[in-house]
Amino acid sequence: MGRGPSLAGDSGAPALSVEHLSKRFGDRVAFDDVSFAVGHGEVFGFLGPNGAGKTTTVRTLGTLIAPTSGTATVAGLPLTPENGVEIRRRISIMPESPGLYLRLSVTENLEYFAGLYEVPDAADRIGRALRAVNLADRAHDACGTLSKGLRQRLALARALLSDPQLLFLDEPTAGLDPVAARDVHQLIATLSRSGVTIFLTTHRLEEAERLCDRVAILNTTLRTIGRPDTLRERLFAKTLTVRTLAALPDPGAVFAGLPAVDGWHQDGLATYVLAVSDQAVAAPAATRALVAAGADVLSVSESHHSLEDVYLELIDQDQEASQG
Amino acid sequence: MRVSRRRVRATFRKELREYRHNGFIVWTMAIFPLIFLIQPLVIVFALPASEAPGLSHGHLLLYMLGIPAIVPAAVAAYAVVGERQQGTLEPVLTTPIRRDELLLGKALAALVPSVAIAYAVYALFLACVGLFARPAVASALLRGPDLLAQALFTPLVAGWSIWIGIAISTRANDFRVAQQLGILASLPSAVVAALIAFDVIHPTLGLAVALAAALLVGDGLGWRIMAAAFDRERLITRTASS
Repeated sequence: MGRGPSLAGDSGAPALSVEHLSKRFGDRVAFDDVSFAVGHGEVFGFLGPNGAGKTTTVRTLGTLIAPTSGTATVAGLPLTPENGVEIRRRISIMPESPGLYLRLSVTENLEYFAGLYEVPDAADRIGRALRAVNLADRAHDACGTLSKGLRQRLALARALLSDPQLLFLDEPTAGLDPVAARDVHQLIATLSRSGVTIFLTTHRLEEAERLCDRVAILNTTLRTIGRPDTLRERLFAKTLTVRTLAALPDPGAVFAGLPAVDGWHQDGLATYVLAVSDQAVAAPAATRALVAAGADVLSVSESHHSLEDVYLELIDQDQEASQG
Repeated sequence: MRVSRRRVRATFRKELREYRHNGFIVWTMAIFPLIFLIQPLVIVFALPASEAPGLSHGHLLLYMLGIPAIVPAAVAAYAVVGERQQGTLEPVLTTPIRRDELLLGKALAALVPSVAIAYAVYALFLACVGLFARPAVASALLRGPDLLAQALFTPLVAGWSIWIGIAISTRANDFRVAQQLGILASLPSAVVAALIAFDVIHPTLGLAVALAAALLVGDGLGWRIMAAAFDRERLITRTASS
């Protein structure tokens, strides 16, 4: 992100702070002992499998449901029933389902919400919100005639009406085609540049990787939190992948004793994965050793682990733990 | 805490716009008044002049209080469960609107058209009776105190029915069931009106004042009680808040 998000805003407090928050429905735990903070202007990704508690967390922070235990500060206000109205005035939530009045027109939908937020100069604000999501030309159409992607964009326009400090987006691209999803991504990036703090729950890991400053992975409890690249480093050892034209006759002799190479294993007929402590030192050394051994080198590349790898690794660990 | 007129007005306006586009609600608002209009007209037109003295013992006009008893209950029964079923309730509850404001906006949106329809039906009935009924029958039916009671009790009865309808709507899972229960629950008010109309319960000024006061208090309390019982968490998750 071009603009550096800060955990503490002008007031010295983060935009969102959660400490040991839990929610149970009877015996069922929706989420448990969740703690994190989101800085002002940050795009914060909240990932997790179905049933992990993501939507319930958003609903709790949006004052729709009460936490069972723990505390939170949302947009500068403690999460208490007394602060519900004022918190909801400062934030905006776009639920997973757009929840539009399909019989009403685009403008009529927005007029209603402008009234609920007591937005001053509503007509102007509605016009701006519609232009922001490229829906101005459909302003008088009934919502029922809009495609799924356009409805999602209208729901985003509705969420923008109140100029929120903190915007919760719950699966904003669920069910959208790639073009519509790209439009939503661009809008999120624009909002982020304008200083809005965004709390994004998503299943799309490439979306989180592209848009988010930091991500948290929730699976009832918070599994990890950090920048996507930090999470990759934390979870996976640094590796180099070496591909040669033919299998090496004695790979142990080639890779043993190389500087910054801690170990190796063969991954396929002529592919070798080296565990390294410093890729910048190990890569040239490995290349020289391969050439000296007479190998035809196809590539020596840094192994790339995506956020998806991190996510799957953590969820697999949870599944193994629950089975074992 | 102060009620925001703008949020109530926004809800009221949105509800009226939805009614306009919702054939189901328009049908509900039309069918019951027609029943309450046509049936008495047929009876009145068929009455010979010799039966007119008998009419002066009853208060047949008050029978039509069934309109404000039943119509708003059926409409109000849609208010919450209808939104929940179409998935629009959650976005509304994420805004700063308070429970009492939301319910007041919805109640007013059920009240205003219901009362307007009731008054329009009364006016039509009076016009038909004045123009086409036998003069003796007309003069026996159209009496000042009955007209005044009709006019005053219409919004009071409608208000009571609306809170019953909304109470059902917040608990129901299906709007058709809510509507049927709403109509059923509003029947006692209609039955009381009918018993008075047919002089089974003899109306006196004292009874009228007592009933009006009870309805007025009930309408005010209905709003407060419903606002207190409106559970966001249960409506969103179908699980009572802990």
